[in-house]
Amino acid sequence: MELLYAICVGTLTTAAVFLMLRGQTFPLIVGLTMLSYAVNLFLFASGRLTINSAAIIGVSENYGDPLPQALVLTAIVIGFAMTAFVLILAMRARADLGNDQVDGGDLYQHKQKNVKTSSKERN
Amino acid sequence: MLQHLPILPIVIPLLSGIIMLFGFLNDYYKRLRIFGTVMSAIMVVIAAALLYHVHYHGPQVYALGGWEPPFGIALVADRLSVLMVLLTAILTLATQLYGSSGEDKQGRFYHPLIMFQVMGISGAFLTGDLFNLFVFFEVLLIASYALVIHGGGKQKTQANVHYVSLNLAGSALFLFALGILYGTFGTLNMADMQQKAAFIRPEDIILAKTGGLLLLAVFGLKSAMLPLHFWLPKAYASAPMSVAALFAIMTKVGLYSLWRVHNGVFGVDAGELAYLIQPWLWPLALLTLAIGIVAVLSSQTLRTLSANLVIVSVGSLLLMVALKTNLSTAAGLYYLVHSTIAGAAMFLVAGMIINQRGKAEDRFVPARPVGQPVLLSGLFFVCAIALIGMPPLSGFIGKAFMMKAALEAGEAAWVWPPILLASLASIIVLGRAGSTIFWRSKGDKPGPTLATKREISSVSLLLIVLGLMVVFGGWLSDYAAMATLDLYASIDIEASLETGAEQ
Repeated sequence: MELLYAICVGTLTTAAVFLMLRGQTFPLIVGLTMLSYAVNLFLFASGRLTINSAAIIGVSENYGDPLPQALVLTAIVIGFAMTAFVLILAMRARADLGNDQVDGGDLYQHKQKNVKTSSKERN
Repeated sequence: MLQHLPILPIVIPLLSGIIMLFGFLNDYYKRLRIFGTVMSAIMVVIAAALLYHVHYHGPQVYALGGWEPPFGIALVADRLSVLMVLLTAILTLATQLYGSSGEDKQGRFYHPLIMFQVMGISGAFLTGDLFNLFVFFEVLLIASYALVIHGGGKQKTQANVHYVSLNLAGSALFLFALGILYGTFGTLNMADMQQKAAFIRPEDIILAKTGGLLLLAVFGLKSAMLPLHFWLPKAYASAPMSVAALFAIMTKVGLYSLWRVHNGVFGVDAGELAYLIQPWLWPLALLTLAIGIVAVLSSQTLRTLSANLVIVSVGSLLLMVALKTNLSTAAGLYYLVHSTIAGAAMFLVAGMIINQRGKAEDRFVPARPVGQPVLLSGLFFVCAIALIGMPPLSGFIGKAFMMKAALEAGEAAWVWPPILLASLASIIVLGRAGSTIFWRSKGDKPGPTLATKREISSVSLLLIVLGLMVVFGGWLSDYAAMATLDLYASIDIEASLETGAEQ
């Protein structure tokens, strides 16, 4: 189980890093989302993986560590809020800047291009 | 009442932020401004009371909901964190005053966002465990995301996309680090971790080191350490100036956490783990300072210049973290307070200059003269002296203090040249900036806008604090030395809880 779990976390993280290194906002957001999933799984595992043990003392013979579960819950909530924000921001950036590049793309080149075309028209 | 003081710097901005969202305040700027200013002033008073209380009665541990640490959430108010909270409160008051003179009308929800941001900053300083540090980081970050973009525009959106995506990646790294540390130590409470660090099992050492180094990357991102500083100049320069002034403390949140975790938790008592980031910190600090100097010399506007000066101050402070003696930490604390306030004041002055110079804004080009040359050049001059580190203002004392610490640590050869070179670069660039903006004006028609009383009073407030830092310099350096001892000595949580209950 541990091996499978570790492979899952590792694959998610790798995919996330790959996506985040793309220069466009949509892959970036998908990457950030996957990274937050990976991190949630990772946090969950930091309390050790056990089977058949509730996170409450007295319910089962062994009990799982409740703290990582609380941490994961908080991390999920925060992760959702941040993803929602970055999604809206990306849409706003798409509208404002006219492209989906993370660094605003050719915001400045764009202007120059317009200048060039207008000068051509004048000629 | 006194035992509840540590939580008030978090609860008051939270509640006032929520109240500000209600219609009876939100639709009336005048009420909003008065309310915000009054609440900020109250926060200054409370932070000062907390500082007084902690200074004379020792560190306070506040167990939220009566759940005792290490498993319950605890706020720890020691001398170091309380000093930072007071600094935040003063900065908030100045920001609030400055923002009330017009910047708050550029977009909606300026005042509540400032309050939420302050809640996050104070919380990050006061919290006693690492996970809540993460939570408060997120609180202050999400407020800052919205504040950077306040007022809208292409520049702001572009800077914000960078800023947000980098910080989200940083948050994910933070959680990875927390997972590793919890897995190895079984606790996230910093005081508890400090005690457990020395008794870590040998097979866990490599894991704990990984976690600690990941934390270095996270705090390095927040504090704009060398390879992770590229977001800063753009984000600060495109934000509204009052927001940029408040942001002057955001890099210091990262530095504070660096101190807390890497000189406190993984400090002198940590056995195998002691000072695990030391080999990384030296070159990174020196390079941060170097790149800061280059960036300062190449700045084209007053805003980017101020933002790059923030990087320079971060570099100097990282050197003080790397020196890791008691004296260097105390010196660093003094300089931290100074550089935050002086940097914020410079941002505010830049804002006033932008308002008065029309299209030229704050670029270093000849343009029409400012409306109030005497006032603005005076304020600029005082801020510049403070930032460069010339006597009589606190920058001089801070830099002298840092150099003395380096001398006593035997590292003067590494610390003196970069700090002095940074001062030289600041003199050159600030001199050029001032002479271009105030003297090389073309045309004789000054702009119609004048600085409002609120703007002037907010800058003067910061400058007065700088002056007080000189007058009470001896007291403040003693206080910083005691705060250093608080940082290095692990707090016995259970004992301080008992004394807290008695009071």
